[in-house]
Amino acid sequence: MDLQLTDEQRLVQETARTFAREEVLPKASQLDREHRHPKELVARMAELGLLGIAVPEEWGGAGLDNVSYVLAMEEISRACASTGVILSVNNSLVCDPLLKFGSDPQKREFLKPLAAGEKLGCFALSEPEAGSDAAAQTTVSHRDGNGWVITGIKNWITNGPVADTCILFTMTDRAAGSRGITAFILPMNAPGVRCGPPDRKLGIRASQSCQIFLDEVRLDDSHRLGEVGGGFKVAMSTLDGGRIGIAAQAVGIARAALEDAMGYARERKTFGQAIAQHQAIQFKLADMATEVDAARLLVWRAATLKDRGARFTSEASMAKVFASEVANRVAKEAVQIFGGNGYVEDFPVERHFRDAKITEIYEGTSEIQRLVIAGNLLKE
Amino acid sequence: MMDFELTDEQRLIRDTAHDFAERELRPRAAERDRTGQFPVEELRALAKLGLLGVNVPEPLGGAAAGAIAYALAMQEIARADASVSVAMAVTNMVAEVIVRFGTEPQAREHVPRLTSGESLAGAFALSEPQAGSDPAAMATTAKRTPSGWRIDGAKQWITSGDHAGLFVVWAKTDPATGARGISAFLVKGNTSGLSCGRREHKMGLNGSSTVPLRFDGCEVGEEALLGGLGQGFKIALAALDGGRIGIASQALGVGRAALEATRTYVKERHQFGRPLAANQAVQFRLADVATELEAARLLTLRAAWRKEQGMPFTREASMAKLYASEATGRACDAAVQLHGGYGYTREYPVERLLRDARVQRIYEGTSEIQRLVIARELLSSERGGGT
Repeated sequence: MDLQLTDEQRLVQETARTFAREEVLPKASQLDREHRHPKELVARMAELGLLGIAVPEEWGGAGLDNVSYVLAMEEISRACASTGVILSVNNSLVCDPLLKFGSDPQKREFLKPLAAGEKLGCFALSEPEAGSDAAAQTTVSHRDGNGWVITGIKNWITNGPVADTCILFTMTDRAAGSRGITAFILPMNAPGVRCGPPDRKLGIRASQSCQIFLDEVRLDDSHRLGEVGGGFKVAMSTLDGGRIGIAAQAVGIARAALEDAMGYARERKTFGQAIAQHQAIQFKLADMATEVDAARLLVWRAATLKDRGARFTSEASMAKVFASEVANRVAKEAVQIFGGNGYVEDFPVERHFRDAKITEIYEGTSEIQRLVIAGNLLKE
Repeated sequence: MMDFELTDEQRLIRDTAHDFAERELRPRAAERDRTGQFPVEELRALAKLGLLGVNVPEPLGGAAAGAIAYALAMQEIARADASVSVAMAVTNMVAEVIVRFGTEPQAREHVPRLTSGESLAGAFALSEPQAGSDPAAMATTAKRTPSGWRIDGAKQWITSGDHAGLFVVWAKTDPATGARGISAFLVKGNTSGLSCGRREHKMGLNGSSTVPLRFDGCEVGEEALLGGLGQGFKIALAALDGGRIGIASQALGVGRAALEATRTYVKERHQFGRPLAANQAVQFRLADVATELEAARLLTLRAAWRKEQGMPFTREASMAKLYASEATGRACDAAVQLHGGYGYTREYPVERLLRDARVQRIYEGTSEIQRLVIARELLSSERGGGT
């Protein structure tokens, strides 16, 4: 048992914190209002080595571990949850499966520029009729000579409008169900790929997502990621790691709400004293802080298991469901502590409140996490 | 290097406590709950295993295994019988407080008796009828005599008070100065002028005794003063910080027992032609209980780790105690609910677990006091919500 960070981890945390405070936070509110993709911040994160944190240096990454990754995710998301999810998708959902399932030539061609931040990635699993039930894929891929032809529609693709490379899931054999799914590495400039307009969302508005339309897209077999029919395994294994990233994002949002509420409670006076002096406010802050700490520990635990190569499916789900629900409770209480000021855009907490919601939905809803946790528990 | 794994020694202590609890405690926990029998033999057996001084140096009879090992052992004992675990918790707390604040002669005189089981149990006499969450309001006094001190007053809710061989007693030595006028004394159980009243009839923890104490001209020597004059309040708060890790661990043990019993039950019980466990409504409740207990476990281990490292841990201990006791309250409620009518009877253990768990939100600082501590720590530091 040791909760001490290594010098390297502390350096990542400090770097991300300073960058988040000085460069991300000042822009967060405006980015949100304009629904603007923060291209310049993504470029800076690439310089700082944050886009492929746990990818070995030989493949263009920073060569660090998953603990470093969640530390960075918390800090960036503390300032801007939208920027956080851009980071999370590239690290967890794109670099990670390429590292784990990609061949060396695929790593050289696709992983290196993504991990180095020269390119940006997206992950296309969901469809209009296949969300939590990912095996209900209707995007089809069929063989054509030495390649594949792919047709279908993908939904909610974070980074879609700005991505260069996509990890794409398709159905090659409908009769085989989840064993009929195959994953591909799709260059977004391939003929037949078209993005819909960016989704108009409740929160994380500076993170752009969209539908992707695939109309007889032709890919060489060298673009196939993993086995034919092995796509579901790629997706599930990737999402296990992704959930740790989203849990860390949720901790960042919760911390933002907590810290903003603490600052406000110290300054705002009612009945002749700072509202931080009222027990009603103190008790809210105590519960918020306790839950944020608990959520962070769950995230760290899942990340250490992943770093050790141990199984972490259930732990990642616990971290994700707990942290995302904490983010929503904490943001809700923060709005309450701010009163009317919590309801207007002049203060940041209405953004935290809106941003928190998605963490209970994407990369596996809270309901899916509970199924995963209960499944593991009842198996024992 | 961040790591949530246990050392071999910690595993050994945990497994020792687990095996003992399964073999010696669990089979008779329901009976002790029913009869109220104090676990004399069980405490002596815990002493033999080194579990009455888990975090106490070896020369004083302790296991010197650290705060994490203590939290793990406490969890295992409480998982089998929370009543036994509370006597164990207070005895460990008393031994630790003497090691930390006592002189060497005091430690040599009292601590080996606690760790060996000779004192049977230690007791912590802080609360009074009119001074619970507000201990500075205590009315018990200690007045100088030519040879030491004379203690007069009443104490309330004293765990193991009718069996303890040694008490730490808090009293006002300077009634005019509030918290700074409080001192702590080591008082043996057979000291004349110390008597205990009738055992409380409690909702749960029936195998643990809780009594009021009376001090009527109870005379102790000069050597009974623990720590400096007027240091009592500081000593009490420091002891309670550590004690809260113990109660958090106890809560975790009870919560785990509730989860395990329920997991077994929902797989066996069939309704509508399938096990209860096949229903999402049941699965989701179990998932929440398991997740919250895991969060509580990590908060508790973090507090213990900080204590072991010599880092400040007041805030972390309060978070662990608050969260673990509240999560266990929810876990036991879910357990009774998922057992249906059977959960309301003594045929299954969850009814006792629900009653035993309830006090964890009250003693060694209510949940309300923990929130005040956490808020004060938060608002007085520049640390914010990060690490």
